[in-house]
Amino acid sequence: MTTTTDVPTRLAEAIGSKRIVAATEELETYAVDGMLPGAIVRPVSPEEVMEVVRFAQTEKLAILPLGARSKCDLGMPPDRYDIALDMTGLREIAHYDPGDLTLSVDAGMPLRELEIHLKQSSQFLPLAVPCFESATVGGSISSGIDSALRLQYGSARDFVIGAEFIDGTGQLCKSGGRVVKNVTGYDLHKLLIGSLGTLGVLTRVNFRTYPLPAISGGHIACFGNAQEALAYKKAVEKSGLPLANLELFNQRAAGMIRAILTRTEEAPPPELERNEWCAYGSFEGSEEVVRRIGRELEKIARGSATAHSRILEPAEDVAVGGMLRESFEWLRWGAPATLLYRLVLPEVTGKTLTELSELAGSVAMASVVIVRATGILYFTVFGENENEQAVAALQKLAMRAMAIARSENGHATLLHAPLTVKRSVARANLSQAQLGLQQRVKQAFDPAGIFAPGRVVGGI
Amino acid sequence: MPACSVRHYSEVVSPSGVSIPAPLQREIKSLLGEKNVLDKQDDLLLYEFDGSVEKGRPDLVVFPHTTEQVSKIVRLAAGYEVPVVGRGAGTGLSGGALARGGGVMIVFARMNKILEIDVENQRAVVQPGVVNLDITRAVEHAGLYFAPDPSSAKSCTIGGNVAENAGGPHTLAYGVTTNHIAALELVLPDGEIVRTGSKHGDAAGYDLCGLFVGSEGTLALVTEITVKLARKPEAVKTLLAIFETIEDASQAVVEITASGITPAACEMLDGWTLRVVEDYVHAGYPRDSGAVLLLEVEGLAEAVDGQANAIRDVCKRCRAREVRVAKDDWERDLLWKGRKNAFGALGRVAPSNYVLDGVIPRSKLPQALERIKEIGKKHGFNIGNIFHAGDGNLHPIVLYDPRDTKQFERAIDAAREIIRACVEMGGALTGEHGVGMEKNELMSLLFSDADFALMRRIHDAFNPDSSLNPGKIFPMSKGCGEIRIRKKELAGVRA
Repeated sequence: MTTTTDVPTRLAEAIGSKRIVAATEELETYAVDGMLPGAIVRPVSPEEVMEVVRFAQTEKLAILPLGARSKCDLGMPPDRYDIALDMTGLREIAHYDPGDLTLSVDAGMPLRELEIHLKQSSQFLPLAVPCFESATVGGSISSGIDSALRLQYGSARDFVIGAEFIDGTGQLCKSGGRVVKNVTGYDLHKLLIGSLGTLGVLTRVNFRTYPLPAISGGHIACFGNAQEALAYKKAVEKSGLPLANLELFNQRAAGMIRAILTRTEEAPPPELERNEWCAYGSFEGSEEVVRRIGRELEKIARGSATAHSRILEPAEDVAVGGMLRESFEWLRWGAPATLLYRLVLPEVTGKTLTELSELAGSVAMASVVIVRATGILYFTVFGENENEQAVAALQKLAMRAMAIARSENGHATLLHAPLTVKRSVARANLSQAQLGLQQRVKQAFDPAGIFAPGRVVGGI
Repeated sequence: MPACSVRHYSEVVSPSGVSIPAPLQREIKSLLGEKNVLDKQDDLLLYEFDGSVEKGRPDLVVFPHTTEQVSKIVRLAAGYEVPVVGRGAGTGLSGGALARGGGVMIVFARMNKILEIDVENQRAVVQPGVVNLDITRAVEHAGLYFAPDPSSAKSCTIGGNVAENAGGPHTLAYGVTTNHIAALELVLPDGEIVRTGSKHGDAAGYDLCGLFVGSEGTLALVTEITVKLARKPEAVKTLLAIFETIEDASQAVVEITASGITPAACEMLDGWTLRVVEDYVHAGYPRDSGAVLLLEVEGLAEAVDGQANAIRDVCKRCRAREVRVAKDDWERDLLWKGRKNAFGALGRVAPSNYVLDGVIPRSKLPQALERIKEIGKKHGFNIGNIFHAGDGNLHPIVLYDPRDTKQFERAIDAAREIIRACVEMGGALTGEHGVGMEKNELMSLLFSDADFALMRRIHDAFNPDSSLNPGKIFPMSKGCGEIRIRKKELAGVRA
């Protein structure tokens, strides 16, 4: 860690003291992977961000752009962390044209607040990401984390139509625009999605918005084993029914969902209590469409090996759907030492699921598997304490899970783990050629290497 | 217009300044064989054009069969500092596949194999020379198709689509090329072969596929593409809404969009254009109408019925004279035939046409069309409109005679003014045709020096010597800062 004690003073000299915080108790709330910044800056305009970036460039200080800090543990531990750039002070809607279904919004805008605003025009942003209650637009985009609605609406790259950001030279740059179709210039904003703040500081993001569906529906089907659940998933996919989400989860996940819903006095469907595997499907549209999809899902479920299936009550649907959107959040805090992986696989098979479950079983740890219909699998292993032995076991599991993903022509991204485990996989995930391409991009955006150094896999 | 002076298009036709060193020519011929290399002026002439109003003649045209050959050609050319440009079918509309700096043109026509079809996971792996529509033809037996459908789908190649991030009528609901590409194999300007993206899900690290798609061949050559395949919808309805005036038709588009209906396609033909088209195609467009909207809704039968009814209501409210629904596939194909063959029809009324590609916010469609009419009048043109109304992607068509240089220059002036008007309305220079060498001088309307500086650094990170497709995207005009196309890049460029 670099010496950062004089950062606040030097910063104040450069940009004035108004936006700078250096009190220890505040700094502690900005810790990322156990590292504290030397100072926190809370800019309220892109110009102020530019000043901070230029200062950091001159002084060779490392900046971490941050939103609500709800998902800071995503990504690798930073190599250096001098300035926490808190972007929550930039939170205006710069432009909203409901008639064009386009939106331009500051990075610090909370998703929940934006949702309320768009709802007035019967529209929404299909960015159903975890920590939704606190997350900001900029943080959600930078985190690159999955939206639970990606089956129907795609991921952020499909509806971000432009962005403004400060690059590593301290210049305000833009890419894309505010129109839904545009091929003018390089699509630089796509690179910023999921870049974990390593390429620039997002100040504004342009989106296409979507009309709120008239109604939505949910369906649950229960199975005695993974194989049967996967066969059902395949049959649903083959049917071509337009679902907003389709997820499978194992018994342990169901138990966790049920426990949380019971605690918050929501309505857990009784099915969560007694089945090995559950499949949740959600769908939306007009009343006729929702009725039809529900009917067809029932038909598919009955035609497969389901033990039990039914259309969920609206309150149950909201509860289960909400929990699955938030799965990253409750999984990572599910035990004192948690290993949370996101595997991307060409095909999720019974063999993969058995291998993963045996992997956790080999060290006598419980595991949760959630399969998102788009070939994405969340695999979590719970270590009941954070002692050396448990961490060593998780470390071994981490490498083996990655090897399983690779052996099936997929790949794995570590979303959460004890620090030691994170460090051990930080550089293990990309080939040299891949790393070279990534480094070229990083160098172009951030020649001085001041943005969140080390946060992206491969140590970029 | 910013301070940058504009280039005179007519100057671009001068013969190439680059010569191919004899040893390079020999080495390429020994690599590919004589029959895969063209070097005679008569042959090269054919590769001087694409679908745009631009020209740029290559000095050598080569037809590799493998990625390794592409890599070797690029390496050889780099050794002699000769520029390289990739080309698919040459149907592009912005000069993206023209050898502006002369040099070696790599035509991907013979890398045209579909390598893998994965029905289960809805993916296909194809070579860049595969024709867009052939992907759909190869997978439609399984109820799948490739969604991006440029009007040139019968002849354009997927490699060109990737380079330009091509669109089409049905990208309104399904997204443009970039939304349907999962992974790429690329040859970098130094000959290195790399892969990016992930056949399934998201790739680790930065979204490099997102950067390379639409980079107009200025960062790398694409040698293999993994595309996503969509499932054919259960039901389709095609509607033809007939209006007395273009104002009513554009108001209907505004209201359809604002009401949250997303048709799969929403195309407009103005009265003048539809008459030209009707005389040629006989699609059944009423010759006495002011404009028609060709709309398509797709999905579950229940959704399609609901949407078609909602569209009909909006159109009626906007004073549509009639809303017809195609009764069967034959009628549907006939209605689309009119749209898809429109440019062929226009060829009958003027020696040449210049198709623009501006984009505007959809809520401003009526104002935009009014503005285009005024600009046309000012420059003495009757400008036709046949375009993707649903996503605000305008295609004003300026008819001109290329032999009349004065008229051609007036056409260029009118085009620039229209693009400028699009930008002023909050739009962009190009929705699907690309910047290429057609609109690079207009880029400063949208981008600042800081934007160019970053784009230039990205360009140089992959293509540091501008050996790949020089003279594209970035403005060339001098006096507008140092971040334009640089001297070295300019060396072989005729402008």
